[in-house]
Amino acid sequence: MDSAIIIETVRSVVASSTPLVFAGIGELLTERSGITNLSLDGSILLAAMAGFAMAYVSGSLLLGFALAMLVGALIALVVAASSIYLYQDQVAVGLVLTLLMADVSSFVGLRYVRLPGPSVPSLSIPGLSALPWVGTALFSQNLLVYLSYLLVLGVWIWLYRTQPGLRLRSIGERPEAAFARGIPVNRMRMVYTGIGGALVGLAGASYSLCVKLGWSHNHTAGMGWIALAIVIFGGWHPFRVALGAYLFGALKSLGSLMQPVYPSVPTQVFQAAPFALMIVALLLVAGDAAAIERRLPARLAPLVRAVFQHGTPAGLGRRFEQG
Amino acid sequence: MNTRSAWTRLALGVAPFALTLATTAAILMAMGENPLEAYANLIGGGFESWAKVADVAISMVPLMLASAGMLITFAAGLWNIGVEGQMVAGALLTTWVVQAIEAPSAVMLPLTILAGLAGGALWGVLIGLLRTYGRVNEIFAGLGLNYVGFALTNYLIFGPWKPPGGATMSGTEPFPRSAWMPLIGSTRASWLALLLAVVAILIVYVILRDTRWGLTLKAIGLNATAAYRMGVDTRRHVIFALMACGALAGLGGSLQTTAIYHRLIPQITGGNGYLAQLVVLLSGLRAQWVPLVVLYFSAVQVGSPRLELRMLLDSSLGGVLQGAVVLFFLLVNGFRQRVGLRDR
Amino acid sequence: MKIEIQGINKSFGAVQANADVSVTVASGTIHGLLGENGAGKTTLMRILSGYLQADSGEIRVDGGRLELHSPADAIGQGIGMLHQDPLDVPALSVLDNFALGLHRGFWQRRGRIQRTFFNLCRRFGVQLQPEDRVGNLTVGERQQLELVRLLALGVRVVILDEPTTGISEPQKRLLFETLHRLAEEGLTVIFVSHKLEDVEMLCSVATVLRAGQVVGELRAPFDRERLVEMMFGRAVVAPPFASRCTTREALDIQSLVVESSRMRMAPASLKACAGEVIGLAGLEGSGQRLFMEACAGIRKAQSGHLVIDGVDLTNGRYRDYLDQGVAYVPASRLEEGLVRGLSVREHFVLARQRAGFLVDWEAAEQVASARIAEYSVVGTTGSRVEELSGGNQQRALLSLLPDSLKLLILDHPTRGLDLGSGIWVWQQLHERCLQGTVILFASTDLDELVDNSDRLLVFSGGKVSQPVASAEMSREELGFMIGGVNL
Repeated sequence: MDSAIIIETVRSVVASSTPLVFAGIGELLTERSGITNLSLDGSILLAAMAGFAMAYVSGSLLLGFALAMLVGALIALVVAASSIYLYQDQVAVGLVLTLLMADVSSFVGLRYVRLPGPSVPSLSIPGLSALPWVGTALFSQNLLVYLSYLLVLGVWIWLYRTQPGLRLRSIGERPEAAFARGIPVNRMRMVYTGIGGALVGLAGASYSLCVKLGWSHNHTAGMGWIALAIVIFGGWHPFRVALGAYLFGALKSLGSLMQPVYPSVPTQVFQAAPFALMIVALLLVAGDAAAIERRLPARLAPLVRAVFQHGTPAGLGRRFEQG
Repeated sequence: MNTRSAWTRLALGVAPFALTLATTAAILMAMGENPLEAYANLIGGGFESWAKVADVAISMVPLMLASAGMLITFAAGLWNIGVEGQMVAGALLTTWVVQAIEAPSAVMLPLTILAGLAGGALWGVLIGLLRTYGRVNEIFAGLGLNYVGFALTNYLIFGPWKPPGGATMSGTEPFPRSAWMPLIGSTRASWLALLLAVVAILIVYVILRDTRWGLTLKAIGLNATAAYRMGVDTRRHVIFALMACGALAGLGGSLQTTAIYHRLIPQITGGNGYLAQLVVLLSGLRAQWVPLVVLYFSAVQVGSPRLELRMLLDSSLGGVLQGAVVLFFLLVNGFRQRVGLRDR
Repeated sequence: MKIEIQGINKSFGAVQANADVSVTVASGTIHGLLGENGAGKTTLMRILSGYLQADSGEIRVDGGRLELHSPADAIGQGIGMLHQDPLDVPALSVLDNFALGLHRGFWQRRGRIQRTFFNLCRRFGVQLQPEDRVGNLTVGERQQLELVRLLALGVRVVILDEPTTGISEPQKRLLFETLHRLAEEGLTVIFVSHKLEDVEMLCSVATVLRAGQVVGELRAPFDRERLVEMMFGRAVVAPPFASRCTTREALDIQSLVVESSRMRMAPASLKACAGEVIGLAGLEGSGQRLFMEACAGIRKAQSGHLVIDGVDLTNGRYRDYLDQGVAYVPASRLEEGLVRGLSVREHFVLARQRAGFLVDWEAAEQVASARIAEYSVVGTTGSRVEELSGGNQQRALLSLLPDSLKLLILDHPTRGLDLGSGIWVWQQLHERCLQGTVILFASTDLDELVDNSDRLLVFSGGKVSQPVASAEMSREELGFMIGGVNL
């Protein structure tokens, strides 16, 4: 293939994976604090609808994104609050919200189906976009993509270089110890679940206002689940989560490139492939890293660790009763 | 607050429904619609005639079967999101049997039932294997396979099983009469299908209350490590639980083809697999409450298309009414626990 | 700082953990708080360090009334507690744990934190690598880290809850040395323990608690008999150990190698006779648990053989082990042994009804009520297991075991039990030996090991000693072997 085609493919993969990066990083923050927000699939749908509707009605992209983030944050807060203050199972509430929000989006969004709406404009970064190869692929994008770069880097710095980030890691790992050190565990969990939810909402609006323009029934269905799986696949690490999102986007676009090449393969294979891929990816990371490491030559150890080591926050999904 | 008094309990029991009606009314009014008109249409759509009542009854069948199955996996502490796929598998295997064999009803119907049970069970086992040996959380395994199941259905409908007149979204060719579940009079409800659903829920009730297997599953759900130490083969029973659930759900899927649509259609489950999740949560994981909850869900389900016809609203209002009740049920439960704890 | 605890009351449901407790701790002393399990020591200290709120009573520090609503408040007032199970974050590094809660700035400032950390470590002779994962450290090292961390926070009162339970002899000496130095520097140390010799070695004053009440206060040098009497109220004496060992070989373990993701054990061999009791000594995490799990059939062995009564069970299915009469009683009862949420009766169905499709509730009720009466479990057959007290949970676990066993494996059989319950448990176990059951048990309590077993296997960092006769071992020798010397 021609290098221009490759660059263009990379460019579109990065752009189309951006919502998954937002959702994945958002859920990463939430889960790092110890809360599982399983409502992603529904949240993204409703946020996509709300963001589009708001942008369509007001003509302002910014208002659209703001509403989407608010919607995402509110849904996430329902999950966190019902666990922290009302003793309910996070998984149960998350799943109910997934189903409920999908229906709410269909019901409320009926009037906005298949309307032409505003979209996020492209913006090349002067200088960087002139770089050979990566310039066009990475820096001749839209604002959301640049925002996602900053987000991934920022979350990494937050987690591993700042005191609040250290506190975040501790409340998801061992809330008792965090509490003993004066950290208000449950309040922090609410805060991070809210922030995480807002990013999930941002992901929703990124679909309807940028990557997959407009609104229709079940516009983004399935993407929330993929994002949840990517967080596990990425071992709760921002770089690996982002990598997982891009990898997924790449494999998906590989599928659409293959489709015309192999017309004999039924189209349904390509429809189901992302989800089959999700299971395979989870199978891969479910392996016992230490056991695999011991059976392979020592020089492969770093590779094994990079792929298999997963830092499931030890306090994930566990309520914490303070005092 | 005294959480024990009968009035309080009644109020807390009604609260989820009241809150649901209030919130949906608020949404409807914000959209400029009359909520009373919408509710009237919903109820009318479900109960205005005996034919409608029969529709509600038959649409209860797959949901009841899926819910019965899910009670088993819930007992074992599993989040069986894969019920949709299990229903699909039952429907697919049933369709295959119907297409492959020509036989009178007396032979065909038992075969379709068996095919439904077997298809769902196999699908359930697949999820169980992924969960136990592959260490993939059953939520993701089940969900991923749901999508695979629907893709497989589409492939079959638009490929090998397409009707002679050409493939459409309306599905395969109608089944021969020999593969139709016997109907009650001239209604669309089948007594055999209803009987199967009732028997299934009774069996599950007994299993969970009085059998060693039921107790074993409960032990696994509450503490798998301790159960294993007591000599329970946890892996095997997790797979069995998913298999049993799959069988019941698969039968539900099978009946969607033989008792409701009389053909295979693309969205053959009608979302019943996901709804079953809500049903079981709303019934507080207790089998005896499932039929009542299913009745509510099915009435809403059958009634909601009228919203599209008469008010140009989306029928997903039905889904909102179903999901919101469950959400408020959980939240009210939590509120009750919180108040109860403060009392003590 | 001088601490005056005055008239503290604290109840949990019907249980009164502290009843009108008053203790005065002078500044710059090492004050012992002595009492057996369940005496209310930990509750009192959790109140003093802000984890619990007292129902009534007050605490004064240097004359001023202390108001605590959280552990952070306590630290702010200069009171820090070191918990029996170190309250740190195992997934994080040593330095991250040290830095957590240290300052309220934004950036981590790792360089500066590391310097503070090294300074403190040097001052107290502690050797810790800042980038090690805390989960990989021994309990003793984690304690050192917590102590250093509390000191960095500027605490003036250090409370240590049973700090010598999981640590080696050299670590214990280092700890005591450090505590002495802290007291010399004017810090107040409160040392909570049920071990007389530790209190004797370390403290200048000791307050004894029993059943939630203060029984009395003694000053060093202590009158040991008086202390014992105060602790237990009566002279509690365990019947002397009488070996029930026969000459029939019932257990043959040859070069068993077990590994986990964190440790690969050196080969272990053991031949035991019917009725013999083998104690597994060693610090927690030295490999006893892997060894026991392999013997119980819960964990696969990498190599070696395990023969019970002439039947080779090596790497058989767990079910085969159970059928052969092997049973394992875990230390964490509610996590691994009992199912929270199920009743005692339901446990009997699970553990003992092996046939039939339907549950025979009547038979289960009969067996359950007979057994809980026999094992004097305080509770009914319908009680959920989590409603039972720790001692009753252990009784319930033992009552669930089959009547005849060939090999019984127990992890810390008396952990968390009061002395009387502990003695009762050992009476039951020794009776089982009469029927020819081989008992393997792990404990970190040297007295329990020496007093109850025929022979000992000593574990240290994954290495295993030859079996040694416990009658020939002194506590000191054993302490050194546990530390890895002469293994």
